[in-house]
Amino acid sequence: MSLDAATVRRIASLARIRLEEDEVGRMQAELNGILGWIEQLQAVDTEGVEPMAGGAPEGQPAMRMREDAVTDGGQADAVLANAPDRMGAYFGVPKVVE
Amino acid sequence: MRLTDHTLRSALDALNAGETTSVALTEAFLEGIARLNPRLNAFITVSADQALEAAKASDARRAVGKAGPLEGAPLAIKDLFCTAGTQTTAGSAILGGFVPPYESTVTKNLLRDGAVFLGKVNLDEFAMGSSNKTSAYGAVENPWSRANDPDTRLVPGGSSGGSAAAVAAHLALGATATDTGGSIRQPAAFCGIAGIKPTYGRCSRFGIVAFASSLDQAGPVARTVEDCAILLRSMAGFDPRDATSADLPVPDFAAACARPVKGLRIGVPREYRLDGMAPEIEALWRQGLDWLVQQGATLVDISLPHTKYALPTYYVVAPAEASSNLARYDGVRFGLRETAQNSDLRDLYERTRAKGFGAEVQRRIMIGTYVLSAGYYDAYYLKAQKVRALIRRDFEQAWGQVDAIVTPATPSAAFGMDEKQDDPVTMYLNDVFTVTANLAGLPGIAVPAGLDAQGLPLGLQVIGKPWDEETCFSVGAAIERAANFTAVPGIRA
Repeated sequence: MSLDAATVRRIASLARIRLEEDEVGRMQAELNGILGWIEQLQAVDTEGVEPMAGGAPEGQPAMRMREDAVTDGGQADAVLANAPDRMGAYFGVPKVVE
Repeated sequence: MRLTDHTLRSALDALNAGETTSVALTEAFLEGIARLNPRLNAFITVSADQALEAAKASDARRAVGKAGPLEGAPLAIKDLFCTAGTQTTAGSAILGGFVPPYESTVTKNLLRDGAVFLGKVNLDEFAMGSSNKTSAYGAVENPWSRANDPDTRLVPGGSSGGSAAAVAAHLALGATATDTGGSIRQPAAFCGIAGIKPTYGRCSRFGIVAFASSLDQAGPVARTVEDCAILLRSMAGFDPRDATSADLPVPDFAAACARPVKGLRIGVPREYRLDGMAPEIEALWRQGLDWLVQQGATLVDISLPHTKYALPTYYVVAPAEASSNLARYDGVRFGLRETAQNSDLRDLYERTRAKGFGAEVQRRIMIGTYVLSAGYYDAYYLKAQKVRALIRRDFEQAWGQVDAIVTPATPSAAFGMDEKQDDPVTMYLNDVFTVTANLAGLPGIAVPAGLDAQGLPLGLQVIGKPWDEETCFSVGAAIERAANFTAVPGIRA
C-alpha cells in the first residue's frame, strides 16, 4: 500500500499539521519508506490472537479502575498559568462563532 | 579523589560518614557543568541557585538526623519530567516557556528521599529518537570519542542522551530517564554507564510528558548497577494517579546486586544473532555469557520467534499512541502559539503544530494518524496489537525454561553525529535488542561490559521476568564485576 499525495494532505489535515505544498513530496517519500517496512507485519499469522491492549506484562490487568469521584479542581489560575492567551478565567482563542 | 568521581554509593557513604557535604558535592558538579556543558549540551536548564539551596537544606536535615535514603545526592532530571516551577521542555519548541505547576511522581519521590536536582537534561524531542539529535535545544555530544579519530563528535544515543552524557561525564551522580523502545538502555550503552527500564507499571507515569503510554516507563541511569538499584528503589512505587501503576511492594534492589547468580538459568535467544552483526558485539555477548557460566549460571538456548517483527510492531503502536497523546499541543493551553493574520481556530492549530513540532515528531504523528484512520485501523493498528501479543507470549513461554535473558544492548557502539542521518528506518534499527522488553512490559538493564577496538563502550542487556528487576540487578552486577569496567571518557569533570 503506497500513499499518494492527496492521502498525505488528508493525513496532515487530520493531524492538524500545516503542510506546505512543496513539502508534500518529501513527506510522501518518507512515510512510504516507513509504511513499506511496516508492511512485513502482514506476513504474521495472527488468526485467533487477542490484540494486546495496554502495556502490562502477561497476567496483569491493563488498568486499575477507581471510584468515579471528583479528586481535584478549583485551580483555575494554575490551569491557566501557561496559557498563551488568557481572558479572565478562560483560554483565549480566535473567534469561532460568526 | 575528586568529588565528581564519586559513584552514588560512595557519595552517600561519604555523606553518612561526615566526610563531605551536599553543598560541597553540589558545588563540584555545578562547577563541572559550567565548564563542560557549553561543549556537551547535556543540560537544557541548570538550576544552580535552587540546587545550592536544596543542598543546604539537605545538610541541615542530615545534621538533625533526618537523612533520607538519597540525602544530599545531586542528580540530573530528564526534561520530560514535570518539575514544579522549573521549565519543562520535552526537547520541543512547542512547549516553549512551559513551567509546570506540579511535580511528577517520580521526581517527587526522589525529593522525598533527599535528592538535590542540578537541572533538566536534554533529550530527543518528545523522547522520539536514538541520537538526541532531534532536540529543539540542540544535539548532545557523547563525552567519549574514538581513540583513532578523536575529532569526530559522537552521539550519546537517545532519547535519554542528556541523562547518559551527564552521568558519563561526571556531571551528576545519576539521572532520571525514560524508555519507550530503548531510550534508557541504548544511551547508557553508548556512554559506558548502567541504566534500567523497570517492568511496565513499576514507576508512575504521572507528570512525565507522554509519548506512547503503553510503552513509556521511567528508570534511572547511573555509573554502576548498584547506583541504579538505589535510585530505582526511590523512584518506584504505587501511585493512584497513574491507572497503570502497579500496587506492589518495592523490593530492596540494592540487596539483589549482591545475590549470586549460581544456579540461574540464562536464556540466549537465537533470533538475536542478527545477520551481519558486528563481530565485536558477538564476541562481547559470548564473553558476557562465559562470565556468567564461570559464576555458576547455566546457559539455555531459547527461541523468541516473533523477534524480527518487534520493530515494525513498535513503529505502528508507538506512533499511534503518540499521535493521540500529542493532540494536546494545540497552541491554546500551554506553550507555543503560531497564527497568521485572520487565522481561525483550525489555522491556529495547524500553524502551531507545523512550527512547534520537529521533523521526526511530525513524521510519527502522521504515521500514527494514518494507522488509526478509518479503513486502515484493522490492517495496521489492530494487526500490530496482535503481533505484540505474540511477542509477549514468546517471552512467557521462555520463562518456563530460564530465569533471565542476556543479549547485546545495541547493535553498534556510538556513531558519529553526521552518520546514519538520511533514512528514518536505519535510525530505528538502533533499538532492535531493546524494543521487545517494552512491547512485552518486561524489565531490562544495560550494563557496560567492554570497549570496542576504537575504545568506545559496549553494553550487554539483561531482560527479566515481570516484576523481577532483582534478577536483572544480580545478573547485571555479576557481568559488571567480571567486566571490571573502569574506563572513563576523555571529557569529564
